[in-house]
Amino acid sequence: MNKRRFKEKLAYSFLIAMISIIVLSICIMFYFIISRGIRVINWEFLTQMPRKAMTAGGIFPAILGTFYLTMGAICFALPLGVSAAIYLNEYAVQNRLVRIVRISINNLAGVPSVVFGLFGLAIFVKFLNFGVSILSGSLTLGILILPTIIRASEEALSAVPNSFREASLALGATKWQTIQKVVLPNSFSGILTGAILSIGRAAGETAPILFTAVTFYSMRLPKSIFSEVQALPYHIYALMTEGTHPESQVAIAYGTALVLVLLVLGLNLIAVILRNQFRRSKKW
Amino acid sequence: MKGRQNIKERIIKNIFLLSSLTSIFFLAAITIILFKEGFPLFREIDLKTFLWGKSWYPTYNPPEFGLLPLLLGSLWTTLGALVIAVPLGVSAAIYISELATPKIKDYLKLTIEMLTGVPSVIYGFLGIVVLGPWLQNLLDLPVGLCVLTASLLLALMAIPTIASLSEEALFSVSKEYKEASYALGATRWETIIKVIVPAAFSGISTAVLLGMGRVIGETMTVLMVAGGAAVIPHSILQPVRTITATIALEMGETVVGGIHYYALFAIACVLFIISLALNLSADYFLNKFRRTSR
Repeated sequence: MNKRRFKEKLAYSFLIAMISIIVLSICIMFYFIISRGIRVINWEFLTQMPRKAMTAGGIFPAILGTFYLTMGAICFALPLGVSAAIYLNEYAVQNRLVRIVRISINNLAGVPSVVFGLFGLAIFVKFLNFGVSILSGSLTLGILILPTIIRASEEALSAVPNSFREASLALGATKWQTIQKVVLPNSFSGILTGAILSIGRAAGETAPILFTAVTFYSMRLPKSIFSEVQALPYHIYALMTEGTHPESQVAIAYGTALVLVLLVLGLNLIAVILRNQFRRSKKW
Repeated sequence: MKGRQNIKERIIKNIFLLSSLTSIFFLAAITIILFKEGFPLFREIDLKTFLWGKSWYPTYNPPEFGLLPLLLGSLWTTLGALVIAVPLGVSAAIYISELATPKIKDYLKLTIEMLTGVPSVIYGFLGIVVLGPWLQNLLDLPVGLCVLTASLLLALMAIPTIASLSEEALFSVSKEYKEASYALGATRWETIIKVIVPAAFSGISTAVLLGMGRVIGETMTVLMVAGGAAVIPHSILQPVRTITATIALEMGETVVGGIHYYALFAIACVLFIISLALNLSADYFLNKFRRTSR
């Protein structure tokens, strides 16, 4: 009996040791990014153009570029993704076509991000001749986040109880009126949560925009959707691999890393809060 | 009036149907583009030289496009990451699902979820400035950027996927199994390891396969941290170059329509097939798990 108890104690200590390793690694990561990043971040760093070939000045163009790219991606993917989710949850019957759609969504979600980059290069940059631009990058990122948006929206739609739909249909509303006036308003915060998470994902991706949208250094801000841009994640990569002043570049990279991490985790946090609020305020 | 409404309803339904078909369209388009752009490589070299070629020298004259060093680079870093991430992730899942108090459970889940959000370029950056130099000092290595460094960081990226999906699988094991085991006099740990984990096995397999899919397709971290030498690795302390890193690194230098351009699409096809296979087998295990746990 004692041997069994001892074994149990040993096993628990092992589990706790494992989880401590994970938590400790996370803490070390955030310690480095926050403690080093905070030294360079100030108002000027966020709002100024870079100076002296990226060894001084701010990262404003990269912030703006990431903003344009993610907004473009969400404008493309959100309407498409929500429509697809409406079909899958409200109209579809279980048949072979729907099964294939679901398998495609799952597999699209598993396609490596660099493959999306190649696809964007071949289709948007070369074939449609959009060039290396905000448009090409946004569309590429849009396809990348499409599966996430569809899944999150579908989950939000399926959380609306069927009795709501039945009540609306019984009042003589058509299917579309029911979706528009009953289902969508009641799943709004769930869809919003999915959209915010996708923005966070798109903001952090580097590989898909590598050949479709970014440039390391530009003197001017982008003029149109056909201009190339700087972006936060690529900025970090470029600072670490190009240029000739490693000392000052690493310091700036820490600053950019902190901005990017705060942006992405901030978005995730908003999404989590929204989700919890939504769950608590459910009227059913 | 009624007729017009009907037509409107039909049109709307078909718009939604078309939207849902775009997923099939995009997946098909990606597949077609990859193969169409990768295929011309085999007009210049034959398939066997590509698959078994031991050297990747795209800029030599004549160039050599051997897949093996890149494929092995991808496999070594991925397997290294799994060796680290599977014990850690599954242990975390067991702890969270079976032992933690509700409050600790919430905190741990939130902490691990935070890892999911961290962009891959951040892992790569920390690998260059923190982990690489630290390992180099600790193990007295010639270079700090090698398979081990990449695997450690990739493991950290795979842990959220493995932990959260395994936790879901463990959680959905029916209570009756547990109660039956307790009734037979088993301790909590014996119940966990002999009843719950085996019952959730196919669910945990799904988690590991999806984690592996995420890691093998990961680009920025390995590009920055794995060291970049396109040679067949002999030890985990050597630098390597993965398929993903090669594409990201060399695509910028190629000429569209040149043999190097086609070669990069050809290795992307290999990567695409691997991740498709991983996803489909994950799907298979998931369905199996759903059937047995019902």
